[in-house]
Amino acid sequence: MKSKKWNIVLALLLMGTFTVQAQITGKPNFGKIAIIDATIHTVTEGTIQNGVITLDGEKIEYVGTDRSKVGDDYTVIEATGKHVFPGFMDSGTSLGLVEVNAVPVTVDNREVGNVNPNMLAFTAFNPHSASIPVTRVSGVTHVITAPQGGLVSGQAALMDLWGYSPDSMAIDATAGMVLNWPSAQSRGWGPRNPEQAEKRYKEAVRNLDKWLDNARFYDQMMNEFEADPSGKTKPEKNQQLQAMRTLVQGETPLIIAVSSEKDILNAIEWSSHEDNSSLNIVFAGVEEGWRVAEKIAEAGIPCLVSTLYTPVRSYDHIHRPYENPAALMKAGVKVAIMTGEVENVRNLPFNAGYAAAYGMGTEEAIKAVTINPAEIFGVSDRLGSLEIGKQANLFISSGDPFEPLSQIEQVFIKGYQIPMDSRHTQLFEEFLDRDATQE
Amino acid sequence: MKNTLTTLLILAVFSIATIAQEKGSVLIQNATLMTITDGIIENGDVLIVDGVITAIGVDLSAPSGVSVVDGTGKYVMPGIIDAHSHLNTVSTNESRNPVTAEVTMEESINPNSVSIYRALAGGVTSIHLMHGSANVIGGQGETLKLRYGVTQDEMRFDDAKRTIKFALGENPTRVHGQGNGIQPRTRMGVEQIIRSHFDEALDYKIKREAYLAAKEAYEGDRRGRTAPPVPVAKNLRYDVLNDIIDGEILVHCHSYRADEILMLMRVFNDYGIKNYTFQHANEAFKVAPEIAKNGAYTSVFADWWAYKFEVYYSTAYNATILNENGVTNSINSDSNELIRHLNHEAAKTVRYGETSEADALKMITINPAKQLGIDEMVGSLEIGKQGDVAIWSGHPLSIYSKVEHTYVDGKKYFDLYMDPVDMRIAVDSEDSYTEAGFNTFIQGREEDSCMSDVFELIQQ
Repeated sequence: MKSKKWNIVLALLLMGTFTVQAQITGKPNFGKIAIIDATIHTVTEGTIQNGVITLDGEKIEYVGTDRSKVGDDYTVIEATGKHVFPGFMDSGTSLGLVEVNAVPVTVDNREVGNVNPNMLAFTAFNPHSASIPVTRVSGVTHVITAPQGGLVSGQAALMDLWGYSPDSMAIDATAGMVLNWPSAQSRGWGPRNPEQAEKRYKEAVRNLDKWLDNARFYDQMMNEFEADPSGKTKPEKNQQLQAMRTLVQGETPLIIAVSSEKDILNAIEWSSHEDNSSLNIVFAGVEEGWRVAEKIAEAGIPCLVSTLYTPVRSYDHIHRPYENPAALMKAGVKVAIMTGEVENVRNLPFNAGYAAAYGMGTEEAIKAVTINPAEIFGVSDRLGSLEIGKQANLFISSGDPFEPLSQIEQVFIKGYQIPMDSRHTQLFEEFLDRDATQE
Repeated sequence: MKNTLTTLLILAVFSIATIAQEKGSVLIQNATLMTITDGIIENGDVLIVDGVITAIGVDLSAPSGVSVVDGTGKYVMPGIIDAHSHLNTVSTNESRNPVTAEVTMEESINPNSVSIYRALAGGVTSIHLMHGSANVIGGQGETLKLRYGVTQDEMRFDDAKRTIKFALGENPTRVHGQGNGIQPRTRMGVEQIIRSHFDEALDYKIKREAYLAAKEAYEGDRRGRTAPPVPVAKNLRYDVLNDIIDGEILVHCHSYRADEILMLMRVFNDYGIKNYTFQHANEAFKVAPEIAKNGAYTSVFADWWAYKFEVYYSTAYNATILNENGVTNSINSDSNELIRHLNHEAAKTVRYGETSEADALKMITINPAKQLGIDEMVGSLEIGKQGDVAIWSGHPLSIYSKVEHTYVDGKKYFDLYMDPVDMRIAVDSEDSYTEAGFNTFIQGREEDSCMSDVFELIQQ
């Protein structure tokens, strides 16, 4: 029993964790790497048995069955009986923005103010957060990290989970604008009667519309000035409106956090206005999406959803949170699974696992953490599947990665063979047999 | 509309209550039996008669009138026991004093909470309903059986050991020191609160007993030569503290840091207190040998960490390290969400450190039963134990497995296939909608749910 564990410890040690105290992980391997004899789940191009996948630097160089592609200069990883998957993407986290949620000075995901389109998660992202190694060794290789609070929280970033600066880790520094949909739902706190709730909702939407109108006007004005500044007065720069330019152009997605049936319907109705037709809208949360799945599908709005929460209404079916992703998918909505977590983003595979077990099926649930979010955030040319030329974000698993009984054995991010250690493994290593002395 | 529903609900509850505490009989045939204490039995049968397991084996036959369930391809395991829950409390913390040993969860059970049903659907049959962690010595706990639909009293687990909540570290120092400017503000203060209250309780006991003896002598003195003694009033708080010292109440201590765990063991050794459990205990792994040596238990989260400072230097490998060092450990929920899939939480101990599957299952069955003093009655499939079992569609540690039936005392309280798709599809806009996840997609976590009701109070 104990010897088995010592094997893990030894393996960790061999992977280069004879480290200086301050160092969180060892050094990665990088360059020409080949994984052979594995079952390769490409996601977009089927599953390859006894497959070969080679990496050259940051990119996937080859995927197939031809062993002759593996030259002598490759580091070869034998993966007989193992599985290779594209790295998982969590579409909703505050990873790197919050270190210890109960300690306010370490919480950088919530700026003061109601409309903060110019606040960038990218800026506050701490590449040295202890939660990052803990997350990536679970096979989650890149995440949307988002600000929260207010009406417009700011802009989320899509980050790789390996690197030493936000700059080197950012896949997209402005991946999405976060809008907390103003609720028309009356509830225990806040507006108690429906009329009051409706009134408050309408005021908030008017405010939102005004901001968007201003942003469109500002964008047009700036476009005209930039196209030909001659003879024109330079418009005053406005940070907030400037930050909204790519949003109103439809380039930056608008992530609308919305939950109840009523609010979802309102958000769909709002998004169908002609003025908003240029917006690239994504829903997040969407706990009651299953009630109006057809309408969301009709509107063509993709959804970012999780599964590990309690049913939102007392009379909801016990499995509703688990079944929501499948209900949306079956109606034709593009679904990505997220955790909504900070320190436990590592549970993304389990959120997806519940979706898989409750109607989505394993294959579709894998898509919901790989290619689907990549498409939703416009990076499917670079991420989300195992294809030649794509960025090498992938992992080797001993079995179904949704099963807690499987082990995630090796993670690659941007071609880097990541040391499989984190605070959690290091504490394990030190304390499993605490009082042992050197042999 | 709402009133009609409430009336209907009340009527429904009363009609169920009349058949409360019913014990059932059932024969489950040809299933994989996870006995917990005696390995795995393939193609086995379990017979429960009048709420008690009377036979385990193969090719058992049902006594007349006992229904038979085909368990082919299914797994049967004892009902999951959650050693740390606030599932259906009416209130959780009596937070106005650092020591409130006299209050009890017995008075704070909501038997109608839908959370009970949701926990049953996760294969849970018993919970330890606990006072919160605002106080160094909080209120007494109540071990419940999830007999959904009965009265408060009928939910109680008969013959379970009495328990009490202690709490160290950030929560009591924040509530009392930081919040109200009284001791404890520090971990130093926490220790002294415990020691001084035990000392006071012991002194009280001497005085009270002397008084009672003197009173008896006075009352028995017909000749009137004895002076009436000065009364020493009965003090419920001190009585409870003496019961702890006398070993009649099991302490479950909310704790995180290794140093405070060591502190409590020192204190308890000084007062001769044994058989206690460290709850949460995120840093227990750092002092696993000491915990094992003292025979203390631990009950931990599978992977929660970093939501507050005292859990920042912790690891999901905690359970494995404790187990490997010989500590009897359980995995608890402290959450109405996690309690829905404690099987999955236990499975994480295999992921993090390769705890054996058998030991992982012990951590949600027999181990918490030991910590609550109910292991003679539940926690494994054994003849003579109570018929609290769940039938799973597959291996209970697989994410794809679902609970199909949950039995308490041999009576079925959950049936996946009898469960309606939804009780009401159309949304009533006036119906309450939980705040959790309300139009925000990043949840985050600032607190263990031990503190759910405290800060609203302090801010008032």
